[in-house]
Amino acid sequence: MAQTRFSAGRRDILRILGTGAAASALPFGIGLAGAADKLVVGVIYVGPRDDFGYNQAQAQAVAALKKMPGVKVVEEEKVPETVAVQKTMEAMINQDKASLIFATSFGYFDPHVLKMAEKYPNVRFAHCGGLWTAGKHPKNVGSFFGYIDECQYLDGIAAASASKSKKLGFIAAKPIPQVLRNINAFLLGARSVDPKATVKVIFTGDWSLPVKEAEAANSLIDQGVDVLTCHVDSPKVIVETAERRGVYSCGYHASQARLAPKGYLTGAEWDWQTPYTQIVKATLDGKPMVNFLRGGLKDGFVKPSPFGPAVSAEAKKKSEAVKAAMLKGDFPIFKGPLVDNTGKTVIAAGKVLGQQDPLLESMNYLVDGVIGQV
Amino acid sequence: MSETTDGLAFGSLALALLGGALRVSTPFLFVSLGECITEKSGRINLGLEGTLVLGAMGGYGVSLLTGSPWLGVLAAGLCGVLMGLLHGGLCSLPKVNDIAVGIALMLFGTGLAFFLGKPLIQPQAPMLPSVELGAWSDDEQIRSALRINVLLPVGLALAGLLHWAFRASRWGLALRLVGDNAAAARALGYPVVPIRIGATAAGGFLAGVGGAFLSLYYPGSWNEGLSSGQGLMAVALVIFARWNPLRCALAALLFGAAGALGPALQSQGITAGYYLFNAAPYVLTLALMAASWTPGQTLAGAPGELSFTQR
Repeated sequence: MAQTRFSAGRRDILRILGTGAAASALPFGIGLAGAADKLVVGVIYVGPRDDFGYNQAQAQAVAALKKMPGVKVVEEEKVPETVAVQKTMEAMINQDKASLIFATSFGYFDPHVLKMAEKYPNVRFAHCGGLWTAGKHPKNVGSFFGYIDECQYLDGIAAASASKSKKLGFIAAKPIPQVLRNINAFLLGARSVDPKATVKVIFTGDWSLPVKEAEAANSLIDQGVDVLTCHVDSPKVIVETAERRGVYSCGYHASQARLAPKGYLTGAEWDWQTPYTQIVKATLDGKPMVNFLRGGLKDGFVKPSPFGPAVSAEAKKKSEAVKAAMLKGDFPIFKGPLVDNTGKTVIAAGKVLGQQDPLLESMNYLVDGVIGQV
Repeated sequence: MSETTDGLAFGSLALALLGGALRVSTPFLFVSLGECITEKSGRINLGLEGTLVLGAMGGYGVSLLTGSPWLGVLAAGLCGVLMGLLHGGLCSLPKVNDIAVGIALMLFGTGLAFFLGKPLIQPQAPMLPSVELGAWSDDEQIRSALRINVLLPVGLALAGLLHWAFRASRWGLALRLVGDNAAAARALGYPVVPIRIGATAAGGFLAGVGGAFLSLYYPGSWNEGLSSGQGLMAVALVIFARWNPLRCALAALLFGAAGALGPALQSQGITAGYYLFNAAPYVLTLALMAASWTPGQTLAGAPGELSFTQR
């Protein structure tokens, strides 16, 4: 709380200083009028912008926004998923005059973004990862996300091909639908190579717990796991631990290839530039808010990391073939019959869920072959 | 639970807990030994969490700049000394409460570390080397559990040394006297304030070194979530250990093992209730504090000059 109040204060001071400087430099006030014409976009991150992971991927897209004409970006890092984010949003709206806000962390959506959207109906809120529902959520809110499970499936192919023990490890923060979807896609990709492959899951409980992530990596490797991947905010510690212990790793969010020159197989990366520019353009042109925006490999929302040296030619070929099918848009990952790891049929035989199916965004199970519990 | 227990390999779990204890305990050990020295002199420094984080950042930065992780450890210690001197100096002013200063310095240390540490999140600094105590074994799990950093044996030796020094050495006695009864110490001609400042600086040094272990060995990277409250828990641990360095070492190992419990159980397929297991170190802190803190009784072994033992 103190942090937010401080930052609000900082904003105030900066604004007063900025206004003073502009006013003294331009006595006719042209500078101020010019600034007011610009669309002010506020971006809120849950962690540091250069974390080798989730926030870095977002910040890379924001860097592209900054180059767009008529756009001014204000950013704030390390805003927790609490009432603090509401205060940050209010500060951006009232003090920086932001009229479009990118709230980039999953936990910001409900209730924080929804509450602010009701209070400020003229401000647009773009949230990353949420599931905007027509009729239920305000019109000035939109959610965008990518089908990164496509890249996780490709990771699974590379992982099972490289693995000797066929035991793969997945270190996840929290059992939310997006995370479960990634774990399941990773397993299904692995099983497409070896039907006996298994994925052990460890939930650490939060998005950034470096000591626990390292501990989880070590425990998994001790249990014979020889490929690790993860869904935490910064995969840095996990990829580094895997490299030190001499096992393979698949990255997430951004490329961690530099951290593991030997063991990095491939990774699932975001390419947020596409949705960001689309939403900003709609706002600049005065078009209605893009309420629901999704895309996968085909739409340029996600991309796999380039293959590392440990990926065999055969695995590359297999992965490229699947990728080509995904690019054409005819590769559904989740299709029946699909059984979860408690023995329950979750997708009936003959039923195919396309990537756009909203049912997949409320996934609450781990498929057969995943060792873990939601 | 019954169907999951069949697959449990107790030996493997015990080994995982041992490995976890050896990997995770070092920062707890250094911070609690440092706090032990400070509290023996009659002051509480709650700011060691900030010192730990600042030490982690400073150590990582110096290791990156100089290419020598050992210089990084030294720099982390020096960061700690500066924080300790600041705490010791401020608390020597009249009517300044050491607990309040400690909380302020905790926020100051973490804030400063986050601010200065921005450019250090991305680069990879040279790491401290590890010692293979398990080289005799063919089992990869045993080898990895016994792969330790030299700071751990140094910390354990230090615990023994401090235990002896508090009891038998001249400066140890002086320190305890200052902490137990400042008036008596003054009557004997001991400089109370300088001894306290020195003890706080020494405690800061150890906490800083503990931070360097975090960023330069395990988990071995600098980022803002690195400590997650370990410095605070280590301070609580000193009270549980009743100001005895040997018990501090034991408690640190116990906390390390508790921290390894969650991941170890999940990697063995015991996945029910992982939130509870992940919370084990915190639950342990609360349980131990509750068990060791009997109301209405003076804490056995508590230095008499500590602000919370005074009436």
